[in-house]
Amino acid sequence: MRRRLLLLAGAAALAAVAFSGDRFWLQFLGKAMIGCILAIGLDLLVGFTGLVSLAHSAFFGLAAYALAGLTNGLGLTSPLATLPLCLGAAAAAALIIGWLSLRATGVYFIMVTLAFTQMLYYFFNDAPSLGGSDGLYVQARPVDSRLAAYLAIWASLIAVYLLLSQMLRAPYGRVLEGIRGNEQRMRSLGFPTRRYKLVAFVIAGATAGLAGYLDATLYGFVTPAQLGWRQSGLILVTVLLGGKGTLYGPAFGALLLAFIEHYGEQVTEHWNALIAALVIAVVLFLPRGLAGLLQGRPRG
Amino acid sequence: MSLSLFALQLVNGVEYGLLLFLVASGLTLVFGVLGVLNFAHGSFYMLGAYLAFWISERTGSLWLAILLGVPAMVLIGLLVERLAISRLYARDHLSQVLLTYGLVLLFNELQRALWGNEVHGVSTPGALSFTVPLGAQTWPAWRAFTSFSCILLALGMRQVVLKTRFGMRVRAGASNAEMVEALGIDVRRLFSILFCAGTALAGLAGMLAAPLTTVYPGMGESVLILSFVVVVIGGIGSIKGAFFGALLVALADTFGKVLLPGFASAMVYAVMAAVLLWRPRGLLGAAPEGR
Repeated sequence: MRRRLLLLAGAAALAAVAFSGDRFWLQFLGKAMIGCILAIGLDLLVGFTGLVSLAHSAFFGLAAYALAGLTNGLGLTSPLATLPLCLGAAAAAALIIGWLSLRATGVYFIMVTLAFTQMLYYFFNDAPSLGGSDGLYVQARPVDSRLAAYLAIWASLIAVYLLLSQMLRAPYGRVLEGIRGNEQRMRSLGFPTRRYKLVAFVIAGATAGLAGYLDATLYGFVTPAQLGWRQSGLILVTVLLGGKGTLYGPAFGALLLAFIEHYGEQVTEHWNALIAALVIAVVLFLPRGLAGLLQGRPRG
Repeated sequence: MSLSLFALQLVNGVEYGLLLFLVASGLTLVFGVLGVLNFAHGSFYMLGAYLAFWISERTGSLWLAILLGVPAMVLIGLLVERLAISRLYARDHLSQVLLTYGLVLLFNELQRALWGNEVHGVSTPGALSFTVPLGAQTWPAWRAFTSFSCILLALGMRQVVLKTRFGMRVRAGASNAEMVEALGIDVRRLFSILFCAGTALAGLAGMLAAPLTTVYPGMGESVLILSFVVVVIGGIGSIKGAFFGALLVALADTFGKVLLPGFASAMVYAVMAAVLLWRPRGLLGAAPEGR
């Protein structure tokens, strides 16, 4: 109950920022909320299904590139046309990559998702017609004003959170948690576990695509660096920092990381070392993340 | 493609594959025996290259840089293993990925702080700065030297792993580390030595590669990803698999660059996907456990 009130208060506060109209905060919190969507989506895989995927940034980047391609190449600007197409592209890529990667398990799965991510990174990075390492501008954004983009991001975050938390409460989510706990047992109970995992992978890929679409809408450009493995690593960090398997934890972790990044940049040029120290400290001393501090006792 | 160009590509590809093997063999052993997926392994390659640049610039001798650099890498490996990696042995893959990812960020910052973002060249030692004629093409002597040193190292590793007591323990550890411990072998020491050896090999690969590729930020990451591909193709824990995987990846990359420019990087991953579809645990990987 207390948690729900806190979440409601957080959502209301983020909505209230929209009315301040401050350019910096709209951009900054918009970006931070995109990070929340990414982290929540990845938590579905890492925290609930037990799949450590390093392909999350790939679907983010693919959707952003799809938006740039549809707008610049075909002249499509209406979000009603571009949003479903970009999400569809991300989901289709997740279906193919997931189908291939899920043949492998455990540590092989991590490395295979990593390899596919880098393959896409090099594909975009090495193609001069796609802007090479400079990336592409989106010549006409789906929504023009920063405020509209901010509200779209806010609404998307709420929608993704509600959708995933409902889904995880449904029997489907229970099966996923069962797979994380003991996949063989779930299989012997008759659940086609690989198909369940693939569906989760595609849903997570689509949410990452949504985040990429929103990012390209907010900033108006996309670069290959955004889909490289380092980004995927950073999303994993936010999930663990906040506390995997809670949904709200990773969202909180993303907000926190955005603030650390912003203020760290002002304090020292080497703020990446700060992030590195934080990551190492969290892994060693706080394996259940910040949400673990709230919960007190181990779950399950 | 003319015959001499083909021959040049072949020797270059093999040399690249041998360097990749030095990096990947450490990665596959550390995972196979210690059970730790080490993302910082590419950083050791990068550190080796930067050490080669740094020391050779100061002393004017790449030989001296290698002579001093390898023990320095062993020391770095020991520090990293004792302070960070050893705390991960009982943890899940996620913690390992994240902690070693943190180390990657840390080493990248260290490199930026110490040596900046510029690309640095490293000159080959005077005695080896000539080229060997190869038909109409020429083959730099340093590349030849690199290939032969790698072959010697690979043969040496083979001797150590197959013929010594230490190698026997490593092999036993790769197939069942718990059982090795139960038999009363000091696994902690075995792990430390193995990790340091892997670190030194990756660093040495960076030092040998420094005059060939120049030294630049992010050089560790491309090698890391390729080494992962090698390990996936060859099968985790298999040195022989790493050897053939490295040659396969390097030749696919080298010939891909000539035959299908623009798709060379993607080609390597296509090879990996094909191998995985055919054998999900790699060419020489262990049989699936308990299923």
